[in-house]
Amino acid sequence: MMAWLSDNGLLLGLAVLDGLASAASIFMVAVGLNLVFGVLRILNVAHGSLYAIGAYTAASITLFLTSHGLPVWLSFPALVVAAALVGVILGPLIERVLLKRVEKQEPVLQLLVTFALFMILEDVQKLIWGVQPVSNDTPMRLLGTIDVPFGADVIPFTAYQLFVLPGIALFTLVGLAWFMRRTLTGRVIVAVTTDREAATSQGIDSAKITMLTFTFGAMLAALGGALASPMSSMVPGVGASTIVLSFAVVATAGLGQVEGAAIAAVMIGLGRSIAVYLEPELEVVVPYLIMVLVLLVRPQGLFGVTETRRI
Amino acid sequence: MNARLEILAGILGAAVLVLLAYAAPWLRFVLTIALAKGIMVLGILLLLRAGQVSFGHAMYVAIAAYSVAFIAPHMREALLLLPLAAVISAAAGLLIGLFVMRYREIFFGMLNLALSMVFYSLLEKLYTVTHGTDGIRLPVPTFLGRELAGASYEWAVFALALVLAACFAVVVRIYLAAPLGQALAGIKTREARLEFMGVPGRFVLLAAYVLSALMAGCGGTIIALTSRHVTPALAYWTASGELVFIAILGGAGSVLGAFLGAVVYELTRVYAAANLADAWQLILGSVLLLVILFAPGGLFGIAQGLLRRRKAA
Repeated sequence: MMAWLSDNGLLLGLAVLDGLASAASIFMVAVGLNLVFGVLRILNVAHGSLYAIGAYTAASITLFLTSHGLPVWLSFPALVVAAALVGVILGPLIERVLLKRVEKQEPVLQLLVTFALFMILEDVQKLIWGVQPVSNDTPMRLLGTIDVPFGADVIPFTAYQLFVLPGIALFTLVGLAWFMRRTLTGRVIVAVTTDREAATSQGIDSAKITMLTFTFGAMLAALGGALASPMSSMVPGVGASTIVLSFAVVATAGLGQVEGAAIAAVMIGLGRSIAVYLEPELEVVVPYLIMVLVLLVRPQGLFGVTETRRI
Repeated sequence: MNARLEILAGILGAAVLVLLAYAAPWLRFVLTIALAKGIMVLGILLLLRAGQVSFGHAMYVAIAAYSVAFIAPHMREALLLLPLAAVISAAAGLLIGLFVMRYREIFFGMLNLALSMVFYSLLEKLYTVTHGTDGIRLPVPTFLGRELAGASYEWAVFALALVLAACFAVVVRIYLAAPLGQALAGIKTREARLEFMGVPGRFVLLAAYVLSALMAGCGGTIIALTSRHVTPALAYWTASGELVFIAILGGAGSVLGAFLGAVVYELTRVYAAANLADAWQLILGSVLLLVILFAPGGLFGIAQGLLRRRKAA
């Protein structure tokens, strides 16, 4: 064990740093998915598309900035602006026009509606941004690289990956925990999640809260995409893999868990990046392997609570 | 629609398909694929009856198709390849079913999706075994030991698909009327009540799930036999989405609707997919939304409505 560690310590170190970055972006998406599920009781299959659209929008804004000779540092706020734009425009639109209409329908039909939306958005991306890979590396190049010493070796990592991405994710986690527990709006969202009818009878406008939460969740997904955009190029199909991956995180953590989602995201992110260094073919399988193993032991997820059965 | 009318409509539909395949040879291939998809969609219908939707059933199609591709070089008899591949697919369904049976609705749908994505990636990445996205070409299979070529081979596969479709339509029709099928609706309404009556909900759903995997496998075999080229795309999520789409388009409650939906879908796709390749999912998604919102009975429901109005007039 010790011998193996000293041989592979370098690899492991690299894997941990890569894993944390991918955990950070997937956490943002998963936590949004979780929030939306809590209030609407719908798993939004199109959530992964919002991630992709957020990433593409960020790339487009940066391209606009650089081609018009505007200061390049603006590409950082551009990431947040892109997320806000996607959330504020698409969020209320999807919630009001589509999801509200099927509110009273069977769960399976609601799931199908979001699936249909997902199909539509996947092609909308292709129509707007084409099928060629799109990249957005300006923010990453601006910050330069940092040499991380591993024993005798020195490996350059981008500062963006080391600090910006995990930093914002951590900020989101803490901010969200504070928001949900300490602010009125946050507590109202928790109330609607726990018992919609009781909350409504207390005078809470649950329809408004639903729209608000959905918009917020969409924004988080788009932010996750925008933040990941400098590190990887966007190709069609990224929405599909993102929704399954963030679902794996949510299922592993248990539905409705914020802090749990962060832990699950780190587990899955690390698992994935370690697999990349050891057995690259298995990279795609590892997240689901972790999920399946957790679900076999705890069907409600690591931190989930079992729901009482209704008769 | 009563049973006699339904049988009549089924026979009429089959006759129309044969005539079409005879009149326009290029349609033979398209209609064979449509029949194969209709068979797969029957499985989705069973699950929908229980209020469950699988976004990953294309995995079973691909399992069967790849089984055919792996076995065919050693044994080319189509009528043996079919049951072999179907059984492999059903066995996979049983194994995975034992795991996903613990979940309903969202988890059921998404776990199926996740597993199919894993399977797709494995098909794509394990190049030494599966040849990645290049896929595998199949040798021409034999029928009852006879070497067939060209049109006669196409007819043989078409006939096989038609017979299978008819058999499964009858089987599913009987299954849905039998206690095991009736209990599926109970899972949708309230599973706990079912269990209070002493009916094990998980077993009821597992039986339907394995049957659906078997039918997906039969459909996958037909696809492999007719296109004689299998690729990972068979297992991609769009292929699974297509099946769910056809089920809703045809009319989620009806056996004939599955085939009606599949034929309409495939015929449209031949024209549209070539010209509108980049917007194809967009069109599918929009139609799916329209059907769910405005015509919950699907094409079959619309047809029934028209018939009824004719009768009333």
